[in-house]
Amino acid sequence: MTSVANIPAVSSVPAAAAQILETVKTPAPRGAEILVRGLIKNGVETVFGLPGGAVLHIYDEIWRFRDEISHYLVRHEQGAVHAAEGYARATGKVGVALVTSGPGATNAVTGIATAYMDSIPLVVITGQVPSTMIGTDAFQEVDTFGVTLPIVKHSYLVKDVRDLEAIIDEAFQIAKSGKPGPVVIDVPKDITAMLCDNPRKLHAEYLFESKEETIDETALNLVVEKLINARQPIFYVGGGIVTADAANELMRVVETLQIPVTPTLMGLGGFPTAHDLCLGMLGMHGTYASNMAVSESDLLVAVGVRFDDRVTGKLATFASNAEIVHIYIDPSNIGKVKKAHVSLIADAKTALGKIAEKLAAADQTEISDGVKNRESWWLKVNDWRNSAPFACEYSQTEIKPQHLIEELYRVTNGDAIIVTDVGQHQMWAAQFYPFKRSRQWLTSGGLGTMGFGLPAAMGAQLACPDSQVVAVVGDGGFQMTNQEIITAIQYKIPLKVIIMNNGYLGMVRQWQEMFYDRAYSEVDLSISPDFVKLAEAYGAQGLRAEKPEDLKRVLEEGLNFKGVTIFDIVVSKEENVFPIIPAGQDTRNMILK
Amino acid sequence: MMNDEKALSSSFIVLSSSLKIMQHTISILVANEPGELSRIVGLFSARGFNIETICVGKTLEPAWSRCTIVTEGDDRTIEQIIKQCGRLARVREVRAVTKSPHIEREMALIDVSVSAGRERQEIMNLVQIFRAKVVDISHEKMILELSGDWRKVDTFIEMLKPFQINEVTRTGCVAINRLSPFETAEAETQTANAAA
Repeated sequence: MTSVANIPAVSSVPAAAAQILETVKTPAPRGAEILVRGLIKNGVETVFGLPGGAVLHIYDEIWRFRDEISHYLVRHEQGAVHAAEGYARATGKVGVALVTSGPGATNAVTGIATAYMDSIPLVVITGQVPSTMIGTDAFQEVDTFGVTLPIVKHSYLVKDVRDLEAIIDEAFQIAKSGKPGPVVIDVPKDITAMLCDNPRKLHAEYLFESKEETIDETALNLVVEKLINARQPIFYVGGGIVTADAANELMRVVETLQIPVTPTLMGLGGFPTAHDLCLGMLGMHGTYASNMAVSESDLLVAVGVRFDDRVTGKLATFASNAEIVHIYIDPSNIGKVKKAHVSLIADAKTALGKIAEKLAAADQTEISDGVKNRESWWLKVNDWRNSAPFACEYSQTEIKPQHLIEELYRVTNGDAIIVTDVGQHQMWAAQFYPFKRSRQWLTSGGLGTMGFGLPAAMGAQLACPDSQVVAVVGDGGFQMTNQEIITAIQYKIPLKVIIMNNGYLGMVRQWQEMFYDRAYSEVDLSISPDFVKLAEAYGAQGLRAEKPEDLKRVLEEGLNFKGVTIFDIVVSKEENVFPIIPAGQDTRNMILK
Repeated sequence: MMNDEKALSSSFIVLSSSLKIMQHTISILVANEPGELSRIVGLFSARGFNIETICVGKTLEPAWSRCTIVTEGDDRTIEQIIKQCGRLARVREVRAVTKSPHIEREMALIDVSVSAGRERQEIMNLVQIFRAKVVDISHEKMILELSGDWRKVDTFIEMLKPFQINEVTRTGCVAINRLSPFETAEAETQTANAAA
């Protein structure tokens, strides 16, 4: 009752004064605030970045909103984008990086391209010189929009602060919808300072309406019929399974039909490697069984894959006896490399889900007849499987790289999220760590970026604090982004980095050995820093193993340590990745040893 | 863009081999925003597709522009181009105009040296035959304007060659689909004639 009595007192303030009071209390927000609020609105909790002149207003707001959004200060912008990628790859959420204009933006380019090639959802915000100075060769000016044009899913140069809010919303939508990819928002400094309380909508409303694809029912029935009756079918599955979270649907379909599955490098984890139906990785360094099975198949069901050259080898002979069913979300990838006999334009989850439904409704005796008819196919497949499985090498005197991965698998119970660079270590990790689930394997597949692993592992560990995340990198790639160790130290991220140290740029050395008469041109990395001391200089734990008998102990000690650990694992110097299909050759020309 | 010199010297060769070259006209509805055109052009160059001509203008909705691109390639290349353009976030529609009956127009302005008298009379005859226009004239020169499909423009330029052509500027093609399907027969006859 007393509170009611108080009301007249409040309303006795003159109306005009109240209005002034109102304006003072909530002035129009400036561009930078709109931007940061936009990030928060779109569910962003984590931003990786490095400030600079053009993004000072944004960083001022990052400081004001520090309780709602966590910013991680990297030491190089490439690290920011890779960390955001690691975050995105481990969760499927959109990763966010924030960098300044000019060199900040160009340093981010490698990360953006990496995300583009692997279809990873990112929003990268780049500062830009004030809009009045664009085109004048101003300090730290670069045409970021132009530079990133061929490596983005979409990009913006913000020209009017009123558009900013809609742009942020749309950028997140574009980054994660359909076939995901990186989106760049280039924001001039003056835009971030301008006040705005009348935001407007852009093209947002009619952006997606016309692009919705529906599955063609006739094609779907045809696919189901082919699947049931095929004598020698195989599923070739890729990153699309992981992106669409289609592992369960895939499992239902192939278990019903008893059809072998071979994942690509990007598809690893989308189907459990240790499953009976899994023939192991396909392609240049894939298993003998999967490559032979694809060669001899009469029906190749390609789901969420783009017929990458590292998988197909010589195109003319790739699956040359097979009818090809291509299931892909982006129509531009269908028929791009290899002509498909039947195609479904859909994400893997939708398409496989529908196929599973049709199978459940189909005549079950027909299905079991089909399974029976494939028994002879399985005899062949199992023959290939048994004749040349991946062979782990062991030695008494030195640590074999394959042995290292096997030991890592044992020590982590096969549950760790493995993050790699590109090269020999990547292939051994792919071959000898049987993955159990999607998003357990984070690697730079398409672009093949050295230096990806360490910062990406940092991002993944932040995204999945309850999982063990291990970066497996080479001694070459490690030295490209090792400055981010200090970022992990600063934020107490328990980063674990295993350097598979063979003193070489190993994959290049292998090609020189095999295809260039052992002329080891500029691949020797024997002059390297002492990685243990380097780790200690950063305040991290540094551990070294040189003998096979030390391996288990060192791995256990480091992985149990509650902080950053850098493992310098000295492995045999001139080990080669086998099998290998020489680039551009028929997959039957696989070199096994 | 078509190189003028090359167009002049080889226009008949282009005509006689047009079946092999397989020119296609693609019509793209794209947001009228800075950078969107370079995104489309970038798609072509990144994949090694050549642009013969490109034309852009506003549509009824000021937020959207229509971009007409003439390019060449086999069916698969064209399919790829169309799909790649369709991926762009700000592209609303991509059509291969040449796949169905259509009308195609290009305009050319031609600066030709011509003296008064019989020479000028001959030019005027050509102007009449091709239904071109004289848009400027001096004692020594004329500027002619012609519109039609690119074959007609090519032929006109070829016919003017005996005179001294100083400069040719061509707009590149714009195209629109026909209202009725009857054009097909005519288009085929045209191509057949060109091949013969």
